[in-house]
Amino acid sequence: MSRQDLISKLEAKAKEEILILDGAMGTMLQKYDFSEEQFRGERFSDWESAVKGNNDLLNLTQPDAVRTIHSQFIEAGADIIETNTFSATTIAQGDYNMQDIAAEIAEAGAKLGREAADAADKPVGVLGAIGPTNKTLSLSPDVNNPGYREVTFDDVREAYLEQARAMAPHVDFFLIETIFDTLNAKAAIKAVMDFREESGEDIPVIISGTITDASGRTLSGQTAEAFWHSVRHAKPWAVGLNCALGAKLMRPHIAAISKVADTRVISYPNAGLPNEFGEYDETPDQTAAQLEEWAKSGLVNVLGGCCGTTPPHIEAIAKAVKGKAPREIPHPPRAMRLSGLEPFQLAS
Amino acid sequence: MTETASQIFINIGERTNVTGSAKFRNLIKAGDYDTAVDVARQQVENGAQIIDVNMDEGMLDGVEAMTTFLNLIAAEPDIARVPVMIDSSKWEVIEAGLKCVQGKAIVNSISLKEGEEQFFEQARKIMSYGAATVVMAFDEDGQADTAARKIEICTRAYKLLTEKVGFPPEDIIFDPNIFAVATGIEEHNNYAVDFIEACKAIRANLPHCHISGGLSNVSFSFRGNEIVRRAMHSVFLYHAIPAGLDMAIVNAGQLDIYDNIDPELREAVEDVILNRRDDATERLLDLAEQYRGQKGEVKKKDMSWREQPVEKRLEHALVHGITEFVVEDTEECRQRAERPLHVIEGPLMDGMNVVGDLFGAGKMFLPQVVKSARVMKAAVAHLTPFIEKEQKELGLDKVSNGKVVLATVKGDVHDIGKNIVGVVLGCNGYDIIDLGVMVPAEKILETAIEEKADMIGLSGLITPSLDEMVFVASEMQRQDIHLPLLIGGATTSPAHTAVKIDPAFPAAPVIHVSDASRAVGVVSAMMNDDDRETMWGTTKARYDRIRESRAGGPPTPRLPIEEAREKAFNATEPSAPAPTFTGVKTFDDVDLSELKDYIDWTPYFMSWDLAGRYPQILEDEKVGEAATDLWRDTQTMLQRLLGEGWFKPKAVIGFWEANREGDDIKLGNGETLHTLRQQMVKNNEKPNFALADFVAESGDHIGAFCVTSGAEADAISKEFKDKGDDYSAIMVQALADRFAEAMAEYMHEKVRKELWGYDPDEAYDSNDLIKEKYRGIRPAPGYPAQPDHTEKELIFKLLEAEERIGVSLTSSFAMSPAPSVSGLYFAHPDSAYFAVGRIERDQVEDYAKRKGWDQRTAERWLAPILNYDPFAVNTDEAA
Repeated sequence: MSRQDLISKLEAKAKEEILILDGAMGTMLQKYDFSEEQFRGERFSDWESAVKGNNDLLNLTQPDAVRTIHSQFIEAGADIIETNTFSATTIAQGDYNMQDIAAEIAEAGAKLGREAADAADKPVGVLGAIGPTNKTLSLSPDVNNPGYREVTFDDVREAYLEQARAMAPHVDFFLIETIFDTLNAKAAIKAVMDFREESGEDIPVIISGTITDASGRTLSGQTAEAFWHSVRHAKPWAVGLNCALGAKLMRPHIAAISKVADTRVISYPNAGLPNEFGEYDETPDQTAAQLEEWAKSGLVNVLGGCCGTTPPHIEAIAKAVKGKAPREIPHPPRAMRLSGLEPFQLAS
Repeated sequence: MTETASQIFINIGERTNVTGSAKFRNLIKAGDYDTAVDVARQQVENGAQIIDVNMDEGMLDGVEAMTTFLNLIAAEPDIARVPVMIDSSKWEVIEAGLKCVQGKAIVNSISLKEGEEQFFEQARKIMSYGAATVVMAFDEDGQADTAARKIEICTRAYKLLTEKVGFPPEDIIFDPNIFAVATGIEEHNNYAVDFIEACKAIRANLPHCHISGGLSNVSFSFRGNEIVRRAMHSVFLYHAIPAGLDMAIVNAGQLDIYDNIDPELREAVEDVILNRRDDATERLLDLAEQYRGQKGEVKKKDMSWREQPVEKRLEHALVHGITEFVVEDTEECRQRAERPLHVIEGPLMDGMNVVGDLFGAGKMFLPQVVKSARVMKAAVAHLTPFIEKEQKELGLDKVSNGKVVLATVKGDVHDIGKNIVGVVLGCNGYDIIDLGVMVPAEKILETAIEEKADMIGLSGLITPSLDEMVFVASEMQRQDIHLPLLIGGATTSPAHTAVKIDPAFPAAPVIHVSDASRAVGVVSAMMNDDDRETMWGTTKARYDRIRESRAGGPPTPRLPIEEAREKAFNATEPSAPAPTFTGVKTFDDVDLSELKDYIDWTPYFMSWDLAGRYPQILEDEKVGEAATDLWRDTQTMLQRLLGEGWFKPKAVIGFWEANREGDDIKLGNGETLHTLRQQMVKNNEKPNFALADFVAESGDHIGAFCVTSGAEADAISKEFKDKGDDYSAIMVQALADRFAEAMAEYMHEKVRKELWGYDPDEAYDSNDLIKEKYRGIRPAPGYPAQPDHTEKELIFKLLEAEERIGVSLTSSFAMSPAPSVSGLYFAHPDSAYFAVGRIERDQVEDYAKRKGWDQRTAERWLAPILNYDPFAVNTDEAA
């Protein structure tokens, strides 16, 4: 099936029901408890630095595990799956001295997602996951020098462009996700637009920000609505929030976006907040019960899970929202919508 | 000006513009960015809703100045909250600016001056960066002056943008050129009228667009005469806004109200703006002489906080991130303090604690906290020379108290807490080697060895950092680096340190440091041999207790369920004589003041995060004061509560004939209660318990109960909350919980003495009750002796709890209203509380069969106590 056919099918389905996104690849990979040796595989057996924890590298060294997890999520009910490429940029791979093979890791991850999706007996969309990197464009890492930046917009944009090029042949969407700093996301959006221009391929983009704490702001200080104003120019296929919070704490912020965004709304919260050990305790039914209420309240078009969510969570969510109508996309009046850390609106 | 719905007008701050403000230009040229940032802050404080930033000055590197300034204001939340207008005539400066703003900005400006091709290219780029844009009424033939030209160019630009580029019309802001009037040149006299006329036509014909302009241009010929200029601005806006001008670049602090302008001046200005008479310019020039040299009123900042005592001023400065007065305030404190160090440990740390509390409560967000840290640094920087001098005098300067390597671990970028620890330790005479953020284990350990450090401190804020800390600890063990390891940061906890980090590194002390204020105590103890041993010993003991009390941890060997059953405890005789009734009874006439004596207050303090046993907690060195305050307020509320009878406690009790059957309990009415059995390997002779063990195989009984403080508590709590009194709202809920527990205790006593009556002469005081000295137990599903919450379902059905006392179960088997307690009664003399602990797959399969569940459902409900990972995949197979 061509990308366009697949997207059309998903769009038709999204008119009737809430689409299901998969759960946490990282959580599932952790269960394998791979050793340093297993992370390295044969190819990187004498790599200069430790690579344990570089989950994206597993696309090359433990591809069967990644593929299996994709299949488990599809079986649990996912209509769309995220590739294991969250950190497959030259910037993020720099931690492991693997910047030179970042593109290879990204491509391998995209391919594994494609294979799992194509093996399913229903149309499954593949989202090329683009993470935030470990550098922020809006914040200085040096308290004494607030004007300092570790990277430039163009460094970040180029890293994303390389990742987008590598994944493009195998994915149906790009997913710019877990956005701590909106300026990083804007660099990613620019990269996707640059890619469109150079390739002529119009791969739609999905954007998901992260409200990091009780202040109700992103790490870089924006409110949910200000964030939407900042990324709206990407004309995303869907926009929403993921990670950092469980469903309970995320609800008011997803409701804020749901009210104003004239596109689909996607949300994939964590399985609650981590306990003292950094583990997620929320059971599938607990997560699903909260998301069922979101569905009833007409807040969302796409639901899935982030940290701590397993195939049973996705299965429970899919079951809980089955037969419930998706959110109706609103058409707010035209207005100039700007933002700083807070939203600004000037009616036409 | 009066703002109405149809006359919305946006102030764009003009003072951060080097072409418009000599002061700002000089600051930027001199590189005084700190003061330049203050100019931006004043603009926002004075009401600018957007700030215009312009660095077009021949002597400046525009790209660099724009980048530096925008990066700096990005770190100032009270400025960065508003959108930015990136203003330059040079495209490369605009593009550099667009790469610095996370918000959606406005570009000022593009135009058709250089033709369509460049216009298209720039417009497309603006779209890809996500910004709105100002379009100047300027084309290949020049700048539009007449109304007709303005309309013509704007119409053409609008069509090109919306039809050829796909630019959203609502993001187009036309600048139809505000030119100076009253210049003495006759052709200029109609410029304001032309602008106003053009506004009307543009807004009428070009849907959704906006209009802006540089307001100060109009009064250019009256430079130096503030009063007249301001009157001209005000009058111009008064007429242009209804015509469609909806934003303008203005000095937000200096807009006069139209009605307040001296009428004579206002009329003269109006004649000029509206070009109403030929001699308008001369008349205004004459009149203007009267006002020359007078200054307009400048809006004052609210500085009332400066009148507070110095400690409060420091707190204000820390919370609001204001560095302006921090040195003088710190100095004032220093002069008063016995030692300079006391200023840090006293008022400055107090202020930072307020910041920490506000952050924890979500009332501050990260960029604001970063600013607070900067203020703190400025204060400490001022004190450092004094501290050094003092140490020199005391002869301490040559002696380092010790050397500490600090690092935020790999994968984590958060360092505020670590920085504060570094500052505090540095001030106490320790040498700090701060490795920064994202530091790999090798680097930390290498540095510690090379620098001959005395200890290592690790920090982290995100959860993956926890694993990285375990890794660092295990590396220290492996490489025999036997230095004390200090653990701190928001996600770290004593529990994680005890269970995961400490066991990885038994060779040296691993100490969790809960906040920066404790760092000095810990570090100084680690530097002294005796103190180190003492602290290590007490910490180890504490960790042991934590480890014991936690059911978590890695899987440990379990007995097969059949073997565990062979080790069951057997109740050979019925546990007690038959109760006084079988079936169900309701009790709703319990006196609240009688219940009060059954309250266990220790958990009440725990619910307020105050750790310690009541009543000793009131005398506690650390939390005693807070506990005493709380206790006093609680007593006040308790009196009201009892006097006005806020809660209506109720209970329902039932007894049934019961016989044990394997690990289940069969009731006389045919229903079955299920229980779970311990599978741990026990080295002593103790049985592997299941609750069923306390029921005999024939002729026995069991009881069940549900008690509640009633639904009233929620309503009363909400009343307080709605009044903004969160403190009382929480107190009501905490008290309702206590009354529910007290009711459970009270009813259990009644059961033992009368209703079941197996211990009629029991005489225990409330303290004994708390220690559970009596015979018989009342375990609840969801607790360690029966971790399966779903068992509540049958209990509630049998008790008719919802119909009788209004307590129901939610879909996740929580009780509603929340202040309720339920459970089973066992009367056997040997019955005791125990924890089932982790169980194996074989018991889960068996339990699922007994409950009529499939394996997956059983694993879901028993997830917290599984001794295996139900989703684990065999890695050999997968690889």
